[in-house]
Amino acid sequence: MATLTTSGGSVGSYLTAFDRLEGGRAHEPAWLRAIRRSAAGAFERLGIPTTRDEEWRFTNVAPIADNPFVSAPPVAVSEEAAARFVVPGIGGPVVAFVNGRYSRELSTLDTPLPGVTTTTLADALERDPARLEPHLGRHLNFTDRPFAALNTALFEDGALVVVADNTVVEQAIQLLFLSTVTPAPSVSHPRVLVLVGRNSQARVIETFAGIGPSRGFTNAVTEIVVGAGAVVDHYRLQRESESAFHIGHTQFQLGRSSTSSSHNVAFGGLIARHDAVAVLGDEGANCTLNGLYLADGVRLIDNHTEIDHAMPHGTSHEIYKGILDGRARGVFNGRIRVRPDAQKTDAKQTNKTLLLSDDAQVNTKPQLEIFANDVKCTHGATVGQLSEEALFYLRARGIGLDDARSLLVRAFATDVTGKIALEPVRTELDHLLAAKLPGTLAEMAFV
Amino acid sequence: MLEIKNLRARVGNKEILKGIDLVVKTGEVHAVMGPNGSGKSTLAGVLAGRAEYEVIEGSVTYDGHDLLALEPEERAREGIFLAFQYPVEIPGVNNAYFLKAALNAVRKHRGEPELDAMEFMALIRGKMKLLDMDQALMSRPINEGFSGGEKKRNEIFQMAVLEPTLAILDETDSGLDIDALKVVANGVNALRSPERSAIVVTHYQRLLNYIVPDYVHVLSEGRIVRSGGKELALELEDKGYGWIETALERA
Ligand SMILES: Nc1ncnc2c1ncn2[C@@H]1O[C@H](COP(=O)(O)OP(=O)(O)OP(=O)(O)O)[C@@H](O)[C@H]1O
Ligand SMILES: [Mg+2]
Repeated sequence: MATLTTSGGSVGSYLTAFDRLEGGRAHEPAWLRAIRRSAAGAFERLGIPTTRDEEWRFTNVAPIADNPFVSAPPVAVSEEAAARFVVPGIGGPVVAFVNGRYSRELSTLDTPLPGVTTTTLADALERDPARLEPHLGRHLNFTDRPFAALNTALFEDGALVVVADNTVVEQAIQLLFLSTVTPAPSVSHPRVLVLVGRNSQARVIETFAGIGPSRGFTNAVTEIVVGAGAVVDHYRLQRESESAFHIGHTQFQLGRSSTSSSHNVAFGGLIARHDAVAVLGDEGANCTLNGLYLADGVRLIDNHTEIDHAMPHGTSHEIYKGILDGRARGVFNGRIRVRPDAQKTDAKQTNKTLLLSDDAQVNTKPQLEIFANDVKCTHGATVGQLSEEALFYLRARGIGLDDARSLLVRAFATDVTGKIALEPVRTELDHLLAAKLPGTLAEMAFV
Repeated sequence: MLEIKNLRARVGNKEILKGIDLVVKTGEVHAVMGPNGSGKSTLAGVLAGRAEYEVIEGSVTYDGHDLLALEPEERAREGIFLAFQYPVEIPGVNNAYFLKAALNAVRKHRGEPELDAMEFMALIRGKMKLLDMDQALMSRPINEGFSGGEKKRNEIFQMAVLEPTLAILDETDSGLDIDALKVVANGVNALRSPERSAIVVTHYQRLLNYIVPDYVHVLSEGRIVRSGGKELALELEDKGYGWIETALERA
């Protein structure tokens, strides 16, 4: 693909990287190399989007396009530094990566869970590529998603979680992606594949976190395949540094009568964008897409969601809540597609934004594309401020202004935090939120 | 304890309090009555520090300090408690959590140690009994979905926990059935002591049968037009506010 290297700017440099890696990928299975080539082609065609692209209208990623991110040199992270980003009280395995590289020291994979395989993607590709072939890169459609295409073309490592059929996994599995300060801002393309067998239950926590004021770029893709009758809870905690760039895509592929819930939290990043896409690919699937994001300063957080009701009797529930302070910007775009076959679909979408300052701004847009006639589909969006009445009530009982404000912000978040079934994550999330807010009540458990 | 001098306050361009003078001494209970829209809630709100009211003249001294210079939370910590005429519903904030935060803010200000969850629960258990409060209300969001009576009871319950030195009750009796009224009055009377005072805003004599005031004032169009002992309330019940207004016109 020598011609690709002539493209200009960072698109060109990514493609150069692709060419360079391509040479060393002789060991990769042919099917994967074919997918990668097609992804590189898609990325070359699409380029890095501009605000002229409808999907990126309010999110200007020029700082990502203009930045010559490099591959990070190895960086050591202490266990103490990493521990801050592991949700406490879970007890399950942790697979940790530093700037995209697997870290054996920070991972705990010694006690395997029965019926569960947790490993690095690179390892799995070497040992058992046949298991990945039907899934890796097959569920998400990268032809119109430049960053997902870029990840597919360039990913080097990540995690694989496989849960056998009829297996209830008690402990949640944690995947930790740390970004550190590097001599020059660096890029990583972590890739995750989660395969949950028929009638099984599993919970996966993905944390993307910055250690120190990283100015790097994380471009993550996760595919989650939920077998028939299976139940999967997915938690995504984006805690990048406030100067970092983060683009993520999580793809849920739901089997017959399966249930997935996604709890997508975004607190970090200078520019952060996440696309959550759920395809209800068989009858009677149930999907929850919830999200909570908080931005202040001049940061921007963009959440795009897409629920594709492809088959009948599916349900989807979606609540996204945004908290914006300073001159921060929020973007929410919620697409719900109900295909002609998807009769008896029940879809509900809510988007609420709390503006804590006059200069904060949100652009919110529901996108309902309904091609079936016997469906229930509701959506609502509100943008508001803290209630003066409520603030006065709290203050009139002796609670200081800062505490009163942060109580009300935490209360606003409970629609999302309160719906987290896994107690340690629920508590952790409330703590993280409280820590972002002024006041003295952070230590009091709220949800 | 509380000294209000020529207090004038407005909302926007509308003057609502047009020169109030009132002195409440330690240990006294004052009832404030008067027709709808006469300014009773405005007076209560100004004392508690509600921001939309602008004081344009006069002064309020509380325990020798300028009350109007304090933020609402500082007033609360200094022992002022307003039982709201319309308690606010706050979805997502658990009642018990809120009250513990409030109590500890007040205790901290008083130099008392903060209570942990166990100590707090022990304390409120007794107060719940006093106010005949349903335990379930404690784990619900503040006032959300509470009946009118439950909201009022919750106000007095909060008061019982916070033990203010000056309680201002704004129509706490309206919306209560007779049993609830007795319970609420009990709660208020339990706090009565030579160190504490109260201002009780009401339209009805019946509350004053249970919370017997030392003084009764009638507010009309932003002024106190008449003050007297507890028998003034009886007279008002009998003759209505028209009687005072006519008397004023004649004078
Ligand atoms: N925030 C406000 N904005 C505009 N007008 C107000 C506001 N608050 C009070 N007022 C007006 O001030 C006047 C006095 O109101 P206030 O609530 O103090 O009366 P009140 O004596 O408590 O009446 P009620 O017995 O009905 O409770 C009324 O005419 C009311 O409409
Ligand atoms: Mg009133």
